[in-house]
Amino acid sequence: MNGTNRTPPVAVAEAIEDVLAVGPGEPLYRLRDVAFVYSGRQTALDGVDLDIWPGERVVLLGANGSGKSTLLKLLDGIVAPSRGTMRALGRDVAAVAAGQEAFTFHRQVGLVFQDPDIQLFSATVLDDVAFGPLQLGLSADEVRERCDEALAAMEIAHLADRAPFELSGGEKKRAAIASVLSLRPDVILLDEPTASLDPRTKWLLVDLIQRLGAAGRTLIVATHELDIVPLIADRAVVLSERGRVVADGDPATILADTDLLVRENLIHEHLHRHGPISHSHRHDTADAGHAHASETLHQEPPAGAVETGRSEATLGIPAERR
Amino acid sequence: MTAAVGGRASSEGRIGWLEQTLGGITANIEHAVFSERHARSAGWLQRRDPRAKLVGFLVAIVAASLASSVVGLALLYAATLGAARASRVPFGFFVKRVWLGIPFFAGIVVVPAIFFVPGDRVFDLALGPAHLAPSWNGLAGALLFVSRVGVSVSLAVLLVVTTPWADVLKSLRALRTPQVFVLVLSMTYRYIFLFLHTTNGILLARKSRVVGRTRGGEQRRWITGTMGNLMSRAFQMSNDVYAAMLSRGFTGEVRVYSTYRMRPADWLALGATAAFCVTAVLASRVVA
Repeated sequence: MNGTNRTPPVAVAEAIEDVLAVGPGEPLYRLRDVAFVYSGRQTALDGVDLDIWPGERVVLLGANGSGKSTLLKLLDGIVAPSRGTMRALGRDVAAVAAGQEAFTFHRQVGLVFQDPDIQLFSATVLDDVAFGPLQLGLSADEVRERCDEALAAMEIAHLADRAPFELSGGEKKRAAIASVLSLRPDVILLDEPTASLDPRTKWLLVDLIQRLGAAGRTLIVATHELDIVPLIADRAVVLSERGRVVADGDPATILADTDLLVRENLIHEHLHRHGPISHSHRHDTADAGHAHASETLHQEPPAGAVETGRSEATLGIPAERR
Repeated sequence: MTAAVGGRASSEGRIGWLEQTLGGITANIEHAVFSERHARSAGWLQRRDPRAKLVGFLVAIVAASLASSVVGLALLYAATLGAARASRVPFGFFVKRVWLGIPFFAGIVVVPAIFFVPGDRVFDLALGPAHLAPSWNGLAGALLFVSRVGVSVSLAVLLVVTTPWADVLKSLRALRTPQVFVLVLSMTYRYIFLFLHTTNGILLARKSRVVGRTRGGEQRRWITGTMGNLMSRAFQMSNDVYAAMLSRGFTGEVRVYSTYRMRPADWLALGATAAFCVTAVLASRVVA
């Protein structure tokens, strides 16, 4: 499960290479032995090797503190690696972070931060959505057109004149995404886009991510919500709690490896006691209503269900014999 | 022993009052500054272009400061009340908001002038070697000063109440205010709210967890700790916000989006305001 030798989806990659500044056969991102250390003492990433190809839909999986957000900031060129080499869109990321060609780079790459309050720094939603296009030096008409398009895509046109503090959490998230969509970036980085959202907003975002992927955008999404992974990604990269890449492959294979998921704190296992019988469950945090199956050793998933979105009874041993 | 207990209770009372005041101030600012209820209603001023409103109100405030008699100020205040009425701003809310504070603050400034301005005395009260003797001229001057402050503040309040803050700030561009200044003001306004909200949350969270009495020293330590925590959060957030700006192509050159368009009605309102202000100033000069 190593992604460094993966090849891009050919048709999509050829089309995108024309737009992005990468040569034929060259990955969009190439990271070699990349590490990032906060304040010289707190290691967020350590020895990361990763290639990402144009048009890929990649999901970064990892528990809290595994370095997903830091990796996204590196991919966005707003911080430079503490160690290792990293190229993005044909440029050295350390140089981009230092300001060289940063303007051109940020025309092509957009990052949606986890906390929308960071992203929404203007007095109104419209001002925020217009901020990116204005920095590109576009005409007022084009800025307006892009804003209308982004607000409509996120179904928040009616909130354009509202101040960010008047919005609910879900509305803020939509506005934050709209503020990046208005840049029309070729590469979109999303940090926990569906965290703490109500179901309607969550599935609106899943649908949007699917549409952006189908349109040929390169998408890199950090999440620990496993139920959406098969829907939004064709590649999954798992980061350990020490900030290392421990798995890289297709989402179905990764999600089927429950030992890996338990080890990396993406699902958890706990014991249920029913009198003399006990059994363990493995499920992720999105598993709201898992079934009890004290008599069965393994419960098969219902047809069409997301593999990790339901519980699994793996042991059925009497408590006194453990 | 009694004194010690009493002292501790007194100290606790002061800190409790301090916390309560802090909470009250933040909650009131949050409500007063950030509640844009009247700014979004469909009134006469709300329909005007914010730039026309800003310039019009500035002209009126300059007129109030140039008015040399109470008559001119009365004309300006009557027009202000009329505009507030046409803009669906509740009369009681508007008048109370201005006049509850003005006599106190402006009055303190003007009190010495009542006694030191020469002229006929209203009365003369001998207090040993000193005399308490306000003059008619001093009283007239004080009345003019308080009226001038009251009218000016009423105009400023009416502008703020009928215009979303974002529009007030952006319309500063009409006065050739540098874009970077407008952006910094907008961001300050945005994040002051966020930190006020956070402060309220912290105060509430503490309230929900405190059972029984805590010592004054502990409470003071908690308040200073909270201030440090907020400061640290503010630094962290400022770094993150700058990163978010860079991420969207910010290169140091500020560009502010404006969708305003002056219509004939806005030009008409601005012209009428200017004409009325000139009339009020001239009338005040004639009467004086």
